[in-house]
Amino acid sequence: MLSALLAMGAIAITLGAVLGFAAIRFRVEGNPLVDKIDAVLPQTQCGQCGYPGCKPYATAIAEGTADINLCPPGGEEGIHKLADLLGTEFKPFGGSTVPKPKSVALIDESTCIGCTLCIQACPVDAIVGAAKQMHTVIAAECTGCELCVPPCPVDCISMEPIADTTGNWKWQYPVYAIMPSQTAP
Amino acid sequence: MRKLHTFHGGVHPATCKTQSNGSPIAKAKLPSKLVIPLRQHVGHSARTTVEVGERVRKGQIIGQADGHVSSAVHASTSGTISAIGMQPVAHPSGLPEPCITLIPDGLDEWMELEPCEDWKAVPHSELRHRLRNAGVVGLGGAVFPSDMKLYAHKHKIKTLVLNGAECEPYITCDDLLMRERAEEVLKGAELMRELLYADEVLIGIEDNKPEAIAAMRDAAGKHSGMEVIAVPTIYPGGGAKQLIRVLTGIEVAAGVRSTDLGVQCFNVGTAYSAWRAIRFGEPLISRIVTVTGNVESPQNFEALIGMPIAELIAQAGNLPGTTGLIMGGPMMGVLLPSDKAGVVKATNCIIAASDALFPPPRPVLPCIRCTRCADACPAELQPQDLYWFARAKNFTKAEEYHLFDCIECGACSYVCPSNIPLVQYYRFAKSEIWAQQAGQKAADAARERHEFRESRLERDKREKAEKLAAKEKAAARSEPAPVSDKPDTKPQDEIARKIQAAIDQAKAQAAEVKPKNTEQLTPQQMAEIAEIEARRARIREIAQASTDAQPRE
Repeated sequence: MLSALLAMGAIAITLGAVLGFAAIRFRVEGNPLVDKIDAVLPQTQCGQCGYPGCKPYATAIAEGTADINLCPPGGEEGIHKLADLLGTEFKPFGGSTVPKPKSVALIDESTCIGCTLCIQACPVDAIVGAAKQMHTVIAAECTGCELCVPPCPVDCISMEPIADTTGNWKWQYPVYAIMPSQTAP
Repeated sequence: MRKLHTFHGGVHPATCKTQSNGSPIAKAKLPSKLVIPLRQHVGHSARTTVEVGERVRKGQIIGQADGHVSSAVHASTSGTISAIGMQPVAHPSGLPEPCITLIPDGLDEWMELEPCEDWKAVPHSELRHRLRNAGVVGLGGAVFPSDMKLYAHKHKIKTLVLNGAECEPYITCDDLLMRERAEEVLKGAELMRELLYADEVLIGIEDNKPEAIAAMRDAAGKHSGMEVIAVPTIYPGGGAKQLIRVLTGIEVAAGVRSTDLGVQCFNVGTAYSAWRAIRFGEPLISRIVTVTGNVESPQNFEALIGMPIAELIAQAGNLPGTTGLIMGGPMMGVLLPSDKAGVVKATNCIIAASDALFPPPRPVLPCIRCTRCADACPAELQPQDLYWFARAKNFTKAEEYHLFDCIECGACSYVCPSNIPLVQYYRFAKSEIWAQQAGQKAADAARERHEFRESRLERDKREKAEKLAAKEKAAARSEPAPVSDKPDTKPQDEIARKIQAAIDQAKAQAAEVKPKNTEQLTPQQMAEIAEIEARRARIREIAQASTDAQPRE
């Protein structure tokens, strides 16, 4: 009786020690879910979700404090992806959040006074220029977040929708009425 | 007799080649204008080297190759550049691309050409450079810059396959080229073999072109290690992977390049253009285009690059009832949204479609999973599964089922008893996946830039704080003496002492600087200076009085 108790106790202590050691040794730094959510988000860093960037929004979703339908640049497709990832239901955009066509910022260089305020606002360093020098947007790096538009004191920044080119053109989804076979000739 | 192999699937559509292969290649008349796109090849667009209003001569470079994968673009005839800007191009979208518009002057005056008699004496890198500057690209349809493909790879190239199969119905441009210019095609093959250090050249021609096979065999007798092989007529036997399989038995697997297996493949037209470019210095400014379908006299034209397709069709004779223009063959070709676009290097055939030739598609019926498409697929895919995934927009699954190994040959749509336009679904799925990948790439780049910016701002803040701390520390170290000498010094005294030290320093500095123009002054100026000095003294007195008064408060 006693030996059985001792044996069971010894096993319990050993396994407990192993588990405890493993918990410390193989500890996961941070929340891996945050990175997974962040990978789905479009990284415009626009703050339209109410959080200062995509990572903070991802953290908020992971913590369950934010909804998944707050990211207009991600579009409905983004919500579907988030719903799939988190195993929740798809939620349409609510209220004032409406997805817009993808755009890039354009600085009217003749109006720009070189104040550098837009450079400080740009979350991805996509504006080049210096104090009292003309600024310009690196279109290829611009995420279209619109954060540079409000700080401009002379309103010289506009958002230009990205035009269709042969490079980004897509084949359309084929639309055919499928006929039931009995009505076929 | 060489043992030929077979590939999976394939179909036998009506070849419809006899309409256009009866007459020799005609030289297309000079058009009223040429619209030459700057990007007619895979890779980067060429960079304009001419200006509006400039007169150019035939063969002159008007767009320089720009970037690693790129090719040059040339003036197809002599004339004046009338515009450089966006124009519709021969693309299924109908969207404009940068083009150069050239108004011919009718003189057709060549620029100075640099022929090369003894090309074997020219270094290979120079030959490749000349091909790049001559704008030689793959004329089979892929338009990949040929100089990029003519490298001796890390794997030895054993076999050079010359593709003269021309399996698509209606197209006869390679057929006629081989019949009429076999000698030059093979000289081009010789040049390619030299650049690749390849051992043998296999020329595959489908057995429905007996004249071309005879002409090529005749010419090949003068070359060693070249074999003209008649391959069975089966669509898509002219696909690069399929032809390699038939001729050599080598299966080019998914994600593997044929060069890794020691085989490189070129179209016969490319070999011809490469030869003209090296031997005669002639850049690629024209190509042979089959004009067929609903036209008066279907035939092959040697058309200048940039020639408006409408004018080319007119030369073959417009017929009423044309419903649209197909560029390429009926299996893989695309419907052109506009006939204003110019002939490009990829234009091998223009078919004027009519209801008689191509009846409107029969109604689409539901997929019954008969898997006839899987039997016909030359890439050994499961087209019925790909169709379901593309239809459901389940792109991950479509990729898993090797959507990107689909060569869009259309054999599946051809055999489908339910008339489902399968290839359109695959094209849709492919372009959606490409768009998603581009979006993901952009998002990753944005994330990286954002994180770098955050860390930079953090670093700037930290460096500033450290600098401030170091300054304070240095200040504390340089003046510990008065503090330790007089531990009872009050903070106010300390401040007063610092102010005094600063004033003393300023005085010393002022004394060092001597006023410059103090000699030879008029009495009036002397009086003014004295007055100012007196005022300054008074201010100093007041200041002194106030600082004296402060400690007492």
